[in-house]
Amino acid sequence: MAERAFSATRLPGFAMIAVAVFLVLYLPIFTLVIFSFNDANSVAIWGGFSLRWYQIAWANDAVKEAAVRSLIIATSAALIATTVATMAALGTTRRAAFKGQTLIYVIINQPLMVPEIVTAVALLIFFGFIKVTTGYQGLGYLIAAHSAFCVPFAYLPIRARLEGMDLSLETAAADLYATPWQTFRKVTLPLLLPGIIAGAMLAFVISLDDVVITEFVKSGGQDTLPTYMLGQIRRAVTPDVNAISTALLVLTVLLLTVFFLLTRTRD
Amino acid sequence: MPNADPYDPGRAVGGWLVSKDVAVEVRNAVKTFGQGNSALRALDDVSVNIRKGEFFTLLGPSGCGKTTLLRLIAGFETPTSGEILLDGKDITQDPPNRRPVNTVFQSYALFPHLTVAQNIGFGLEMQGRPKAEIADVTANMLALVQLGAMAQRKTSQLSGGQQQRVALARALAPRPKVLLLDEPLSALDLKLRKEMQIELKRLQLETGITFIFVTHDQEEALTMSDRIGVMSAGRIQQIGTPRDIYTRPVNRFVASFIGESNFLSGAVETGGVRLSSGDLVDAAGTEGRSGKVTLAVRPEQVRLTRAGEPGALPATITGWVYFGTDTHCHLALSDGTEVVARLQSPATGDAGLEKGKSVALRFAPGAAQVLGD
Repeated sequence: MAERAFSATRLPGFAMIAVAVFLVLYLPIFTLVIFSFNDANSVAIWGGFSLRWYQIAWANDAVKEAAVRSLIIATSAALIATTVATMAALGTTRRAAFKGQTLIYVIINQPLMVPEIVTAVALLIFFGFIKVTTGYQGLGYLIAAHSAFCVPFAYLPIRARLEGMDLSLETAAADLYATPWQTFRKVTLPLLLPGIIAGAMLAFVISLDDVVITEFVKSGGQDTLPTYMLGQIRRAVTPDVNAISTALLVLTVLLLTVFFLLTRTRD
Repeated sequence: MPNADPYDPGRAVGGWLVSKDVAVEVRNAVKTFGQGNSALRALDDVSVNIRKGEFFTLLGPSGCGKTTLLRLIAGFETPTSGEILLDGKDITQDPPNRRPVNTVFQSYALFPHLTVAQNIGFGLEMQGRPKAEIADVTANMLALVQLGAMAQRKTSQLSGGQQQRVALARALAPRPKVLLLDEPLSALDLKLRKEMQIELKRLQLETGITFIFVTHDQEEALTMSDRIGVMSAGRIQQIGTPRDIYTRPVNRFVASFIGESNFLSGAVETGGVRLSSGDLVDAAGTEGRSGKVTLAVRPEQVRLTRAGEPGALPATITGWVYFGTDTHCHLALSDGTEVVARLQSPATGDAGLEKGKSVALRFAPGAAQVLGD
């Protein structure tokens, strides 16, 4: 009998370790979800099923405001970051290799590598100057900051999609009388769309749960959902935080499922 | 002058004369890739006239420049120097979307997000033709390539042969002046390839469109083409009808790339060529030649006769290989020069081909061809 190829699944203890890893990863989240339906006032003692904390959270205007703000910032940042990322991906894959290409990759992916706290402090100081000189205090700073760190998350799936795309399709379109713009509209963009949507969703999710940069950049009264929750926990841990977290979790899981379905390679 | 086309009436000596019958004219096209020492000269001063309505094949081994020449005509590349004319008009600098020339790609390059019908109508849509006309032409094209039932399918649901037909229909739909085909049959299996060869020839005759076909398959070239341009090392070695190319190869490359040949060295004398074995044979192409030359003779044009027959070349059988329809007999002339004769296999027995037997051979009249350098 031929020797079988090495496979980690046949190592002793593989199943046990796998189960342990999944427990560590998901048990806290399950606890959070279950206790968001807790009737008791405590975050740790079960007192029967109820939707009470969801109602309390929903009735809280501060929560609603923060949620709307989060959605505005995440949507704007996702749109801006995806547009920039699409252009960057087209520029780095749809042409011959050029000098400084590696440098450009590094610059585009820089937010993945630089510690977030460094960016946060830098933005605090940088936006400070602008606030003093222009007097503008609006959401623009948060949107700009979020757009910037979302670019690499949007860029990666778009670039992956472009690299898997046959270049001869665009050549064929040009051969069949399509102008460069028509080629982009009729061939490149429709084929790229799953990648663009996936990139936008990833950017949206990343923006939605950002705490560090938001905390540093936001002006007074500009809490997003995560920074609001952080503020709440500093005072007293109430179970409505569980409810908000669970709602965010559901939204994120939904978006990531769509992301997965879109980026899955079709047979 | 390997690039000269002696059969082409469109060219005058010492200048350029564009005939009304010429669809595509390539003038002194040079294409180099890269720069400096690593520069690759893919096309080296290529000139060729392709006539209206003809099935013209560019034949050569991979890397000979045939696909580069096709891409220059399509507009995917611009020549480093030289010109390309379509119907007498210089199109060298025109982008592909402004050239009335369509391509069938080796990979087919069908649009995966469009249906078969949308793929076929794409060119017309981009030209801004009315919807009714697009629907009309698309229906005609689907019928022409016998895919009427597949109109609403996605291209990924089709077999290789069907995708090939869609690619053809898509390229033919806008009625291009010239259709370029880049090894379109190479991805198909043998049986399907034979069918598509017949299909392509039929489409070309029915549409009357000039076809420029690129292939490395000599059989494909010989069976389908009106004329063939044989390419090697970025140059056109010979242009002619399949018969010209096969029976009158101009040089050793053409003689060995298309079919098999016996190469015999000798010297031109009055009355023929004196082979190194001392035998004098009649040969075509001795005019204006003197001194040492190479003769090419096709194996099927070598006849065996009894030893001692007057005028025949004495030879010894060194071996034979049975191929079914024919038998290849390996012979040695008196000085040891090897000659292969392709003999029709007899119904029974081995035709008396014993190793070591003394025989004689002669070449069929007109079969021996003097090659250029």
